[in-house]
Amino acid sequence: MRVADARTPLVGHVSGAHAVRLATLWESPPGLKGFITTVDHKKIGLRYIITAFIFLLIGGLEALLMRLQLAGPELRVLNPEQYDQLFTMHGVTLIFLYASPILSGFSNYLWPLVLGSRDMAFPRLNALSYWIYLASGLFLYAGFLTGHGPNDGWFNYTPYALRDYNPGPNEDYYSLGMILLGISTTVGAANFIVTAFRTRAPGMSLNRVPILVWGTLTANVANLIVVPSVSLAFFLLWCDRQFGTHFYDPAFGGHHLLWQHLFWIFGHPWVYAIVLPAMGMVSDGLPVFCRRPLVAYALVAAATVATMVLGFGVWVHHMFATGLPGLGMSFFSGASILITVPSALTVFAWLATIWYGRPVITTAFLFFASMILLFVIGGVSGFMTASVPVDWQLTDTYFVVAHLHYVLIGINVFPVIGAVYFWFPKFTGRLLDERLGRWNFWTLFIGFNLGFLPMHLTGLFGMPRRVYTYAPDMGWTTLNLITTVGAFLFALGVLLLIANVVLSLRRGARAGANPWDAPTLEWSVSSPPPPYNFAVIPTVTSRHPLWEERLGEPGAHSSLKEGLLLEQRRETLGTTPVDARPDMILEMPEDTSAPLVLAVGLTLVFVAMLRLSGWLFAIGALLCAVALLVWLWPRAEMGEREPAHG
Amino acid sequence: MAEVAVARPQSLPVGPVGRRGLGWWGVATLIASEGALFAYLLFAYYYLGAAAGPGWVLEPHPPLHLALPNTLLLLASSLVAWWAEHGVLQRARGQALLGFALTFIMGTVFAAVQFYEWHAKPFRLGDSSYASLYFATTGFHMAHVLVGVAVLGVILLWTALDYFSPRRRLSVSAGVLYWHFVDVVWLFVFATYYLTPYLGFGR
Repeated sequence: MRVADARTPLVGHVSGAHAVRLATLWESPPGLKGFITTVDHKKIGLRYIITAFIFLLIGGLEALLMRLQLAGPELRVLNPEQYDQLFTMHGVTLIFLYASPILSGFSNYLWPLVLGSRDMAFPRLNALSYWIYLASGLFLYAGFLTGHGPNDGWFNYTPYALRDYNPGPNEDYYSLGMILLGISTTVGAANFIVTAFRTRAPGMSLNRVPILVWGTLTANVANLIVVPSVSLAFFLLWCDRQFGTHFYDPAFGGHHLLWQHLFWIFGHPWVYAIVLPAMGMVSDGLPVFCRRPLVAYALVAAATVATMVLGFGVWVHHMFATGLPGLGMSFFSGASILITVPSALTVFAWLATIWYGRPVITTAFLFFASMILLFVIGGVSGFMTASVPVDWQLTDTYFVVAHLHYVLIGINVFPVIGAVYFWFPKFTGRLLDERLGRWNFWTLFIGFNLGFLPMHLTGLFGMPRRVYTYAPDMGWTTLNLITTVGAFLFALGVLLLIANVVLSLRRGARAGANPWDAPTLEWSVSSPPPPYNFAVIPTVTSRHPLWEERLGEPGAHSSLKEGLLLEQRRETLGTTPVDARPDMILEMPEDTSAPLVLAVGLTLVFVAMLRLSGWLFAIGALLCAVALLVWLWPRAEMGEREPAHG
Repeated sequence: MAEVAVARPQSLPVGPVGRRGLGWWGVATLIASEGALFAYLLFAYYYLGAAAGPGWVLEPHPPLHLALPNTLLLLASSLVAWWAEHGVLQRARGQALLGFALTFIMGTVFAAVQFYEWHAKPFRLGDSSYASLYFATTGFHMAHVLVGVAVLGVILLWTALDYFSPRRRLSVSAGVLYWHFVDVVWLFVFATYYLTPYLGFGR
C-alpha cells in the first residue's frame, strides 16, 4: 500500500463515530501483550511516576534507618559498612532514580496533553527510556541487595572508588548502572526536545507553552549535553578498576580531580535539571488557584533558560576545597552567586501572582506556595556556600546536607506532591481527599522543617557529613534527636499521601474534565483522557485556551471542538519549531515489543560487562542489533519507504 | 462570543518526505549528545596533559604515515556517502548502490588500518594516563565507526531492495548525516592526538 506523499487534512467537529474510530486506532490491546507493547505516553508516564515513587519510598526508608543510627551518640543500629552503603544508596536512589524520573513521568504524561498532540514525538523511544530506567534501577539494587551496594557516597570520589581502596564489585555495580541509566536519560531527553519543537498544536508558538514545558525542555537540553560527562567518568572509572588504565591514578599521570570535574560538569547542571521542571509545575499550578494568569510569564520563561545557561558554569563550587587556583574559583563563585538572580525573579513572579490573585486554598496550593518559602531558605544557604571562604568553613558539614535537602525536598518533592494533588484527577478521574490532604501537607511541612532547619546548626557546630556516629560530648546530640523526630514525622506525612491515594482511587469524588477550572489544554479533555488525547487537533491562539472568554483576550479564540480529524492511521500534526504552523502529518508507530527487547539486550550487555563475560556480551549485543533492525526497518505504510515492487 | 480560529492547512506532507521528518531531528539530537561525549574525552586529554607537563605524550612525534592517509580516506568516504545520497535523490540507483558500497568499504578499511595502528603503537593501554586516553578516545571513535559501517551496510541493503525514492528517503539522509558526524569528530581526535604534540603540547 502506498501512502500519498501529501494530502489536505480534513477539518471537522468532535463526533461520536469519529471518537470510536480513533479509539480503535489508538487503544493498546488488553492484558500482558498491551502491557509489554504499549507506546501510549500516558501509560508510560504513569509507570515512570509509580516506579519513581517506589524509589522515593525505598530511599526514604534508608534515610530513616540512618536517622535511627544518628538519633543518639554512639548507637549501634548500623555498622560503618552498612552506613556507608545506606548513605550512598540513599543519595543514588533519590537523586537518580527518583528526582529526575518522577519529573520525566509527569512531563511524559502531560506534555502531549498540554501541547495539543496525540503522543510524544518518538513513542517507542519513550517506552525504551522507561524500560532502561527500570533495568538500571534493578541493576543498582542488585548490587545493594547482594551486599555489594556502592559505598563511597553518591559523588563517588576517587581514590576511594578505585580498586586498591575498594576491591569489591560495589563500585562496578554503580559505574555500569549509571551508564545504563544515562542511556535512558539521553534518549528521553532527545524525545522531549523534539516533542517540544515539533508536535505542538497549531498556533501554540513558543511564547504560548506552559512553563512546565519550558522547564522540562531546558532541563533536557542540559541532560542531552551533560549526561555523557558522567557516563564517561563512570566508564573510565570502570576501566581503571578492571583493565589497569590510569585515568584517575596520579602515579601514572592520571588525576583525581579529573573525576571531580567530569562528575560535577554533569552534576551541577543536573541539579537544575531536577528542579526546573518542578518549578514549572508551580508556575503552571499556582496561578490556577490564584484565579489569574502567572505574572511575568516571559520573564519566568527567560529565567528558566538563564538558570540553565548559568548552570553550566557553576560546577567548580563543589570543588572549592580542592586547592584550585583563586582566579578560576572566583569565576565559578561569581557565576554561582549570579544564578540567584533568575531564581529570585521567579520567586517574585510567584509572590506577585498570589498577591494580585484571589487565592483558593487547596492542598495543591499549599504545596506550591510553601515551596516558595523552602526554595528561598535553600536558595539562601546555597548563596552562602557560593562564597569561597564561607564554603571552606561549611563544606562536608551537615550545613551542606541541610542545604541540599531544602533544595531537593523543597523544590522537587513539595511541588511534585502538589502536582499529584493537582493532576491526580486528570490521571484517574477522581479527586484526592482535601481534608486528608491538609493533614498530609501540615505533617510533611512541619516534619520537614523540624528535621532539616536545625540541621543547619548541626553543620555550623561542625558535625561532618557521612560519619556513622558521634561522641556524646560534641554538643550534637539534641539537634540530631530533633532531626530524627522530624524525619519520622515526614515519613508519617508520606504515609498519609499513600493513604489518600489508595482511598481516593476507590471513593474519591468524580472529577470531571476540569475540576479546578484551569486554563490549559489538558483540562479540555475527559479525565482520564482517551487513548488518542484529542478527538480533533485543537488550534491555539493564547496561553490560556480555556480562559480566553473571561480574560477578554482580543482577536480570535482557540478552537477546541473543531480541528484536524487525522483519522487515517495513528496520526498527529507536526508543526514548525517556533511559530507552530502546520508543517506535516506525522505517522505514529503502532505498539511494539522492540523497545522492551532492546532494553533487555542492553541490560544483558551491562550484566556481561559486570561479570566480564564475553558470550553473554555477544548474546546481548545480538539481541540489541535484532531489536534495532526491526525497530528501524522502513515501513511503507508509515511513508518511510516506497512499497516493494512486485 | 469571539470568533474561533481553526487551522486549515492546505496540502501537507504525509510522513517523512525528503529530510523533513522527526527521524532527522532524532539523529541530530543523538549527534549533539555524542559530540559532547567526544568533547569530554578531549577535555580529559588536555586537562591531564596540561597538569602532567613535559614528557606526558609517549610519542613526541606521533607517526603520520598511516594516520594521515587514513584520515583523508575517512574524509573522502564522507564525500562518497554524499554522492551516494545524491544518487537516491537523482533516482540513479546504480550510483547510490556503488556509493554506499564504496563508503562501506572505505569505512571498513579505515577501521582495519586503525586496528593495525593500535597494534603498532609502542605503548599499551595500562602504560600511563596518556596511553589509556589514547586507546579510550580512539576506541570510542572506533565503536562509532563500526556502528556507522553497520548503518551503511543496512542502507546498502535497503537501497538494493529499492526502498527509496527522492521523497521517501529519510533513513538514507539520517544515516549519511550520522556518517558525516563520525568523520568530522575524527578530525578533532586526529588533530588532538596526532597534531598537537607537534605544536609542543604535553611533549
